[in-house]
Amino acid sequence: MRMSRYILVGILLGFILYKSEAVSWFRIYEMFRFQSFHMYGIIGSAVVAGIVIVQLIKRKHIQNVKGQEITIKDKNKSIPRYLVGGFIFGLGWSLAGACPAPMFILLGSGYTVLFVYLAAAMTGTFIYGLLRKKLPH
Amino acid sequence: MKEILEQVLQFLSQPWPWYVAGPLLALVMFILLYFGHEFGISENFRLMCAADGADKYNEFFKIDWKSGEWNLLVALGAVFGGYLASHYFIGNAGDIAHVSSSTVQSLNELGIPVKQGSVPLIPDFISWEALFNWQGWLIIAGGGFLVGFGARYAGGCTSGHAISGLSALQLPSLIAVVGFFMGGLFITYVVLPLIFPIIR
Repeated sequence: MRMSRYILVGILLGFILYKSEAVSWFRIYEMFRFQSFHMYGIIGSAVVAGIVIVQLIKRKHIQNVKGQEITIKDKNKSIPRYLVGGFIFGLGWSLAGACPAPMFILLGSGYTVLFVYLAAAMTGTFIYGLLRKKLPH
Repeated sequence: MKEILEQVLQFLSQPWPWYVAGPLLALVMFILLYFGHEFGISENFRLMCAADGADKYNEFFKIDWKSGEWNLLVALGAVFGGYLASHYFIGNAGDIAHVSSSTVQSLNELGIPVKQGSVPLIPDFISWEALFNWQGWLIIAGGGFLVGFGARYAGGCTSGHAISGLSALQLPSLIAVVGFFMGGLFITYVVLPLIFPIIR
């Protein structure tokens, strides 16, 4: 039953992104056309609040449920990996108008065609796994 | 009691403004950190590949996907959340996206016929019927493939880099977000005008 808390976190995530319209293809298009502050407001205020939270965690040495101090792993240093990988991700995000979390949310909302997106995303992940050693990281 | 519940339902059914959604996303990140995990939804694609037997083909998938069970449950919860929000928490205006008038104008110029005040949340080119056109395949399957490939190459998606990574002041995440935008701008300004309007 301890795992059910993760389902609750997911439900909260679903409500946030659905009710703020971040799951909408049109909102993503609007963001990339710089025609509204809405999406920038969501991501910007999430990051500002997130920075405050992370700084509090570090300075107050806040512990997690297991009683260990919360640590956040530094990401590996590289440029091509993040720039090229990010570029490819951005192509898909703006085409489908949905990143991974909205995809799961819309599946629940009844847009079952997103199973095609899910299968394609798993294929993309699988192909990346096969090519990983040949790609610059 | 019933009236209060109805008021709460109505209150939650309004469109949520950005200053509510953003801090709540940071809260989701904190809750997961508190439970001992890092927020990152696209990792689920790798876990699902591993669970489906991809570990036989490549060591990238030789992971204990059961240790990622928590993340799969977050994704499952998101499916439930989407169901609940879309079935019980729709405001009076209906299931619409409140995009700006300049966006409506740009969409019309592209050949997407939408009207201010009745722009649906999800366009009709994201549907099973849309798969009768090559554009539908490009948008839905092509988009999904690029998201799956790019997210693992970049080591994260919007949740892992744009929210968690930037919150932890990670330079790699900033580079990834710059990449997200370069890709998004390329599609929006160069590719979409080429694939619309969709003639049936």
